[in-house]
This record gives sequence, C-alpha cells and structure tokens, in this order.
Amino acid sequence: MRASIARLNRSLGSEVLGLFAFLLVVVIVFALATPQFLTLANFGSIAFQVPELGLLTLAMLMPIISGGFNLAIIYTANICGLTLAWVLFQFGGPDAPLWAFAVGGAAALAVGALAGCIMGLVVAYIGAHPILVSLAMMIFLRGLGEFLTRGSDISGFPAFLQPIGHGFILGIPIPLLIFAAAALIWHVLLSRTRHGFSVYMIGSNMKATGYSGIHTKRTLTLIYTLSGLMCAVAGILMLTRFNSVRVGHGEALLLVTVLACFLGGVDPFGGFGRVVPVVLALIILQVLSSGLNLLGANQHLSTAVWGLFLIAVMILRWVAGKVGTFNSGKG
Amino acid sequence: MGRFIRDYPTEFRLAIVLVALCVFLSLASDSFLTLGNLTSLLNNNSVNLIWAAGLLVVLIAGGIDISFAVAASVVQYVAVYVFSAIGGGNWAIGFLVAGGLGLALGFVNAALIHLFRITSIVVTIATFNAFFGLLMFITSGKYLYNLPDWWTGRVILFEQQAADGTWAELTLPVAVMAVALVATWVLIRYTTTGRQLYAFGDNPEGARRVGINIGRMQFIAFGWCGMMAGIAGLMQAHIVQEVVPNALIGRELDVLAAVVLGGARLGGGRGSVLGCVLGVLLVAVTQNGLNLLGISPFAFKMVVGAIILIAISTSNLKFGAIAGIGRGRH
Repeated sequence: MRASIARLNRSLGSEVLGLFAFLLVVVIVFALATPQFLTLANFGSIAFQVPELGLLTLAMLMPIISGGFNLAIIYTANICGLTLAWVLFQFGGPDAPLWAFAVGGAAALAVGALAGCIMGLVVAYIGAHPILVSLAMMIFLRGLGEFLTRGSDISGFPAFLQPIGHGFILGIPIPLLIFAAAALIWHVLLSRTRHGFSVYMIGSNMKATGYSGIHTKRTLTLIYTLSGLMCAVAGILMLTRFNSVRVGHGEALLLVTVLACFLGGVDPFGGFGRVVPVVLALIILQVLSSGLNLLGANQHLSTAVWGLFLIAVMILRWVAGKVGTFNSGKG
Repeated sequence: MGRFIRDYPTEFRLAIVLVALCVFLSLASDSFLTLGNLTSLLNNNSVNLIWAAGLLVVLIAGGIDISFAVAASVVQYVAVYVFSAIGGGNWAIGFLVAGGLGLALGFVNAALIHLFRITSIVVTIATFNAFFGLLMFITSGKYLYNLPDWWTGRVILFEQQAADGTWAELTLPVAVMAVALVATWVLIRYTTTGRQLYAFGDNPEGARRVGINIGRMQFIAFGWCGMMAGIAGLMQAHIVQEVVPNALIGRELDVLAAVVLGGARLGGGRGSVLGCVLGVLLVAVTQNGLNLLGISPFAFKMVVGAIILIAISTSNLKFGAIAGIGRGRH
C-alpha cells in the first residue's frame, strides 16, 4: 500500500492524494446538504463548466512552471474568438460553410500563437519580466478588441457550431472531451518531452539551465507560443458555448486560473507543478461553486469561498510541512 | 546629475520619454500645455498615484499585492456604514477610518504571509477573491448614494480662470496624493525602516541574518499599502460621489503595470517614488494626448499597451534576477 502510494505520488505529484481527499470531503458535505447535488443534471452542468476555465488554466500553467506568468490569456482568447467570428462573417455569417470554420479556426490558432510568440520573444530576448510583458499585452489586446468591436457583442454563427459547445459524444460533453485531450497533451508535453524538461529547469534556475546547454530563449518563446495556442482553443470553445463573442468575456476568470494553479500545488516561482493536481483543483473549484449554487448562494459567494479555500489549503500545507520536518528531524 | 543617471537609469530614461512626449503634444495640440489640462491630469490621476505609492513599498519589500483595489472598495463600503453609525463624521474621522480599515486589511495579508510562510502573490490573489466575493455577496452589488455631505462636497484648493473662461483647479485628492507621495518618499528614503525594507526586498535571508525583524517588514509594507488603498478609496468616492462595489476591481493591474514601468523591480530591492510617479504619468499623458489629438477613445488602451510593450522592450528591466531572488521567501 505504502509503495503504491509512493508510486502514485511520484507519477502524478504529491498533491494528488490530498486534493482527492478534499474533493471527497466537499462532495460528501454537499451530498448531505442538498439532495440535488448527487444528480446527473448537476454533474452534467459541472462537466460543461469545467472546460472553459480549464483550458485557460492550462494556458496559465506552463508559463507559471517556467517561473513566469501570462496575464494576457483572457484577452488572447477573446481576440482569437473574434478572429474566428470575423472569418465566419466573411463567408456569410449564420450560413457560413464548414470549411469557413476550418479556416477561421486555423486563423484563430495562428493569432493566439502570434500573440504568445511576441510575448515569448520579448521575455526571452529582451529579458523583461513576464508579468509586465503579459500585462502590457493584455492592455494592448483589450484595447485592440474594444477598438475593433466598439465594445459590443458579436453573435449569429452557423448552427453546426452548436454541438461543439453543447453536444455529447457517447454521453460525454464535447467541451469536456476537448479539455481532456488538451490536458493530456499538456501532461505528456510537460512530463515526457524535452521541451517539458526544459520548462521545469528554466523555472528552477534559468542561468544554470542556459549554462547546461539548453536553448533557454527558444524554450521561453515556445512556452508563451503554446500558451497562446491554448488560449485560442479556449477562445473557440467560448464562442461555441455562448454563441457570441465579446471582448472582456471571462475577465473575472483571469485570477481564478492563477488560483487554480496554486491550489494544484504549482510553485509560484516556477520549477514545480503538474497537470493532474491542477485538473483536480479545477474540479474542486467547480464542485464548490455548483454546490453553493444549489444551496442558493450566487457566484460571488463562490468566488469568496475559492479565495478562503486557497488560504485554508496553503495553511494546511504549511502545517503538513511543519509536521514533516518535525518527523524527519526525529528520525 | 551623472550620479542620478547611474543610480536611477530607468527613471532617467522614463523622464526623457515623458518630456519628449510632452514636447510633442504641446506642439501637436494647443490645449495640452494649458493650466486647465495639466491640473485635470493631476486631479484624474491622484487616486492611481496614491495606490501606486502604497504598492511601491510592497514591491520594494519583495512582495506583490493584487488585492489593494478590491480592499479600497471594501473600505469605501464599510466606511459609509461607520459614518452613518457615528452620525456623520468629518474629514479627520474619515481619514482615520479609511486609513485604519485599509491598514487592517493590509495586516490580514501580512499576517497570512508571515505566519504561514505563504508567498505574497498567492495570499493576495486569495484575499482578492475573498474580499471581492464577500463584498459583492453581502451587498448584492448595491450602489450607495447617501454619503455624508462633507465626503462628497468638492474641496477646491486652487483655482484660476483662463483667458477663454475655462477654470483650472486643484482639488483635495491632489493634496492628499502629494502628502501620500512625500510620506512614502520619506519612509523609504530617510528612515531606518525604509532602508531595511530595501535590504529585505533585495535579500530576505541576508536581511534576517543581520538582525532585521522579517515580520515587522511584512506588516509595515502591506500595512502601508493597505492604508494607501483605504485613503485612495476615500478619495475615489469623494470624486465620483457614490460607492459602487465593483467600480475599482481591475484597476490593480493597470497600477501595477505603471509602477513596474517606473523601475520598481518585481522581486524586490529596487524602486523609487519618482519612478512610480513617472510611470503613472506616462500612461496618463499618453491617454490625455490621444484624447486631445482626437483619436477614438476605443483605441486608447491599445496604444497604451503598445507603448508599455515598447518601453519595456527598450529598457533593461531584467527577468532573470527575479527567479533567484524570489526563491528565498518560501
């Protein structure tokens, strides 16, 4: 038993068991509090809500592991959604053919990658701090979006987009499948590839990584490009979920994605963090939110609870750290 | 002068850019270099500058605060109820209450950071969500208009009528902003505590070993930031004459960008009041200039973002330093 726990910790990250226990406690508490909680409808709604925040969190995760930040994720996603919308409207709006969606999707991905790439280049080659670079990019993209749309909603998309945001394959919501695929790619990328290894090394010590022969500048550029790409996926999904694009949509999620990363045990200074605990953290946040919702609270209370929950988890980790050093000191 | 350039390279470069921008705007637009425009620039940016002064101290001490704008909203809302409970109040009580409430919220951050050794960005993102969520939940997002008269009545400190009949005036928030900036400058430049804040921000472990009280540093830095946030909240409500719980959320990142643009290092140990004033003013003058040049307001943010991107691309705000320095603060 102990060996298998150790193996689990090694392969998925030591946070997983603790977070899983949290999830279990939260589910049990809500199940006792309201009969509507353990229903298919509730889990269905959770399954539809996790992906949007989840994709954005993945976009935030890789820069944070490398010791940086990408505060531009929301507006990158908005601009990508806008790109897709623009292409669709060039080919007839609601009557646009399927290939127009393919072209628009590709354009959206390209725009996301470009926004990320510019940030990555400035971070890597100028050496400016990622918080500042991505903050400037965020202000720029928000301005660009407001300039292009004049702050209004854009809606009226082809009907075939509906299933991407609301459909099922084999009873599983399509957004959830997209998120699962993205999370799997991120997990493999971070834990099994050369690039992933370089990301962790840069997060631990950029100078030493450079001296050991890793092209840190190229890796940094790639990190932000991939992050931008993930924003584009999120932007496309948001377009299909809400059947509209508005610059500023999902604004409130920006700091929630950072919160989810920290809850998932990602080191704020980089170097440590895994995909699986972050996904668990996302599920916990969403379960908390929908459970409170069933009890009659609104999203604002959920936001507050998320914040308090993060503080509680950090305090518990501190206690666990104290106990851990106490034990190892004795033995 | 040579020493200034060596010691404050970012501030110097920023000052040159700002002067060049001002010269350009005064040539391109008749109304830029008028007393009316310059005083309204100061009036409109006093709240941001008060926040910037508070945030600067936290950045120098090696921390970061995301929660200050939301804390200001909380202070505004609570202050309204405090004033009605004590039957009105006046400016002296107002500053005490707003500063005190802000200080208390800052201490919440400091306590969590110091007692449980949690990194400041984690704590302040958590308190950002907690403060805002609780505020919106408890108030249901209700606006408050019934503010005491002393709070909403305009206080004009200086006024002059220009030849074309428009009024140039400086209002109370500008004076408060000036006091906040001077107080911050004295704190970080001329007190032992201030020098300790720099040392602590630059190398926390080194600072601890020479006998600096780490906990005291955290409480002073975040307490100062919270107090400034509260006072800025008081001023903002004074200007707009109402309290809107979600009016200030989102402005923390704009202020952060301006302060870091002014040379305060994320990771601690560097930053000056002059730089933070220049950073805020650069953004403000850019927006003001775009307005005077008749460019669509929808394009403002885009240009501001581009200018910050260009400014950091041509400066030497190093990123490599932070990873090593921040690490000591677990």
